[in-house]
Amino acid sequence: MSSSDEARRGAGAVGGDAGTADRPEGERESIDGAVIEVSNVTFGYGGSPVLEDVSLTVEAGEFLGLVGPNGSGKSTLLRLVLGLHRPDSGEIRLFGEPARAFDDGERVGYVAQDVTGGTREMPITVREVVTMGRYPRVRFGRVGSRDRRIVTEAMETVGVDHLADRRLAHLSGGQRQRVFIARALAGEADLLALDEPAVGVDAESREAFYDLLHELNGRGITVVLIDHDIGVVTEHASRVACLNRRLFFHGDPDGFAESDALARAYGANQRLLDHDHS
Amino acid sequence: MNPTELTSISALSPLWLGLAAVFEGFVGLVGAGIRLVGELLCAVGGALGVDMLCYSFMQQAFVAGICVGLVAPLVGSFLVHRDMAFIGDTLAHTAFAGVAVGLFVGSVSAISVSPYLTALVVAVIAALLIELISEYTDAYGDVPMAIVLSGGFALGTVLVSLSDGGIAVSISQYLFGSLSTVTLENAAVLVVLTAFVVAVVAATYKQLLFITFDETAARVARLNVATYNRLLVVLTALVVVAAMQIMGVILVAAMLVVPVAAAAQVARSFRGSVVVAVLAGELAVLVGLTLSYFYGVAAGGTIVLVAIGVYACAVALDRLGLSFKAGSGERVDARPAAVDGGEEPKGPKGPK
Repeated sequence: MSSSDEARRGAGAVGGDAGTADRPEGERESIDGAVIEVSNVTFGYGGSPVLEDVSLTVEAGEFLGLVGPNGSGKSTLLRLVLGLHRPDSGEIRLFGEPARAFDDGERVGYVAQDVTGGTREMPITVREVVTMGRYPRVRFGRVGSRDRRIVTEAMETVGVDHLADRRLAHLSGGQRQRVFIARALAGEADLLALDEPAVGVDAESREAFYDLLHELNGRGITVVLIDHDIGVVTEHASRVACLNRRLFFHGDPDGFAESDALARAYGANQRLLDHDHS
Repeated sequence: MNPTELTSISALSPLWLGLAAVFEGFVGLVGAGIRLVGELLCAVGGALGVDMLCYSFMQQAFVAGICVGLVAPLVGSFLVHRDMAFIGDTLAHTAFAGVAVGLFVGSVSAISVSPYLTALVVAVIAALLIELISEYTDAYGDVPMAIVLSGGFALGTVLVSLSDGGIAVSISQYLFGSLSTVTLENAAVLVVLTAFVVAVVAATYKQLLFITFDETAARVARLNVATYNRLLVVLTALVVVAAMQIMGVILVAAMLVVPVAAAAQVARSFRGSVVVAVLAGELAVLVGLTLSYFYGVAAGGTIVLVAIGVYACAVALDRLGLSFKAGSGERVDARPAAVDGGEEPKGPKGPK
């Protein structure tokens, strides 16, 4: 990432201040149309392309399940959508703005792949983590009583309020995952982007977690979920996209089950899969 | 330097002179304050039969130590928890090159430059260089860090050997730190610097915490991560140079790391860990300086040993505390992540 475009983004963030101030507090901005628009995107890390000519639209209120074999570019696509990488060609729009220029950081909640891992050993409480969700809104101001109330509500929604003053490192994988969802909720995010959040979580917590996502989606939050468990995705998602470098399918779960997209997508690197299963 | 640059500098000079005069006046004022507090403490100490604080050099050393005990763990809290503990050591060694530059310039020309000023400039440049490398390679890699560290120190030794014997003698005070050389002006500058660092950290606490805890999420939240990273390394450079005077180049990094490690053992919240780290840092400085005065041993080394002692106590306290709580029947999950397979993701997982 070049320093010049960081600087530009910094300038954009300052300009964005005025925009957010105009917004009525606490109200979810009414969203019409597409939350995510990916048009003809190709991207690679140096050598061979990870994604080729991918086009995909996610409408407001959708629950998109993104599936595909290991190394199929699912995470990369999500990172592109979030503006963490710049596509080699094609265009990505987030809430109607080019993803890299988008600066309403509080509208997007992101839960990365490794949140359940044991890497977060730093001393920090659940409440502190969830409060971070308010930071993009508070910026240089103080976290006020209204912010604290929203944080408490977010913890109640995901059922971690009784753990508020516990150290994050002392929680189980499933509990941590809920804490990160609460952080996104505290920011009153319109889009929840989850990259294999259920890795390393026991089956029971996982089931409850998908129910929670379903409930949040019912409240109008757009959800994009990457998961290797295709059964779960087709059960909970309202739309399914199947990816393996190219987009093999994008439509409703029933259509996906009837199509042969899965076989084609996974067949595309069958040898790689055989290797994985050995 | 070409002529146009020279003119632009001379055009700026009235402003600079003005600022310098204001700064000097301010430092003088702080210095007077330090002296006043020192005399007060001397009176209190005298009543208790301790004359340690009646010596002006000890008053200055204590002021400098208290500043270091505050800012080093404060900034260190953000470094340690993102695996940047090594950066303090690296910057300290490059600051040594800065000291050598200052001494060298002083020995070959008539211009007298404060070695601390050149150390500050060189350390800040090195900090930004390291940050640039890490932005380019996406990590605070061991190898680039080791190259900058040894490169800085090598440059320092070469510059020292280039000059005549005079500076080689005074170099050990920068390497190992020295109490007796902390002047009233140095102490006052340290107070001003400390106030500046504390103010900057207080103003950007939320942003620094966010990038420390989860840099990717901070990017998604549209925080200007690169700017805050640069801010953090520049603050580190300031702290390292500030602490160098009493700690010495070789031991200065310990104050960034050891009190923070101690706090991480006992604190639950991040805010709490910062407070505990500062308390541990101050304890180490006060006990260390006092021992150093009474037994005539090296101040920097004594402070570090006391800090490590505090850390050992914190580890012991943590272990005892856990078993005590477990004994009382309270639910304490030391490593519950393993119960539901939380350690598993370390194995093969999806594409990055």
